Amino acid sequence: MISAYLSILIPLGLLILGWTVGAFQERKHYKRLDQREAENYHVPATTERQLWDQNKQIAETRMVRGQVVISVDYFKRFLAALLMLFGGEVHSYSSLLDRGRREALLRMRDQFPNADAFLNLRFETSTISSGSGKSIGTVEVLAYGTGIRYEQARA
Amino acid sequence: MITTNVETVPGRTIVEHYGIVQGSTIRAKHIGRDLAAGLKNLVGGELRGYTELLQEARDEAYNRMVEQAEELGGNAIVNVRFATSSVASGASEILCYGTAVRIQ
Repeated sequence: MISAYLSILIPLGLLILGWTVGAFQERKHYKRLDQREAENYHVPATTERQLWDQNKQIAETRMVRGQVVISVDYFKRFLAALLMLFGGEVHSYSSLLDRGRREALLRMRDQFPNADAFLNLRFETSTISSGSGKSIGTVEVLAYGTGIRYEQARA
Repeated sequence: MITTNVETVPGRTIVEHYGIVQGSTIRAKHIGRDLAAGLKNLVGGELRGYTELLQEARDEAYNRMVEQAEELGGNAIVNVRFATSSVASGASEILCYGTAVRIQ
């Protein structure tokens, strides 16, 4: 009898834990992302392969990259499993990938803080199967590009 | 060593091409990190252990590529790309490749 209760209570507890702590952490992360993006918004990170201003003297060129491994909480994973029965858009995973990409991009920018532009920005996403079972919901996002700093002749 | 992931080194002229250079490494996660990640999986968020693991792996692959380019006599690598593939469950290969060149 006790084991029957436990087999219901434990997953339920995990769901509540995932729902509350997961949602709290996600809000915190989004707040931090917004803040950090606002700080370096003025430096363009583009998928352009050539520098748009050919007259600029270039002082430094360096490849930079940023990466993050991020996972969803237990509640969202459960929700996603339910949604996948019906097909259509799986909303609970879109915030995961959004967070991952923005975090990776910010880390890439952090590698070259005084850059004036980033060229040929690329994203790469790969899933990480963590251990046994069908535990999807952990992704790795890599952002990389070429950072460029202009000669300081400009005013 | 200057590396870029565009076709040229902006503002510089390429004088010689040496062909493709690459570096790769195959990494497996270890059990301690896996355990911590399993717990973190419940509440979501970044899995720092895995991030570090992959970062180290990419650094290694990148350094091997740079070594190869130095052996050939290049002083820059252009068009660098990263690729990831899982060779077995729990192990993945990180590949880094590009074209070694000499610039002025």
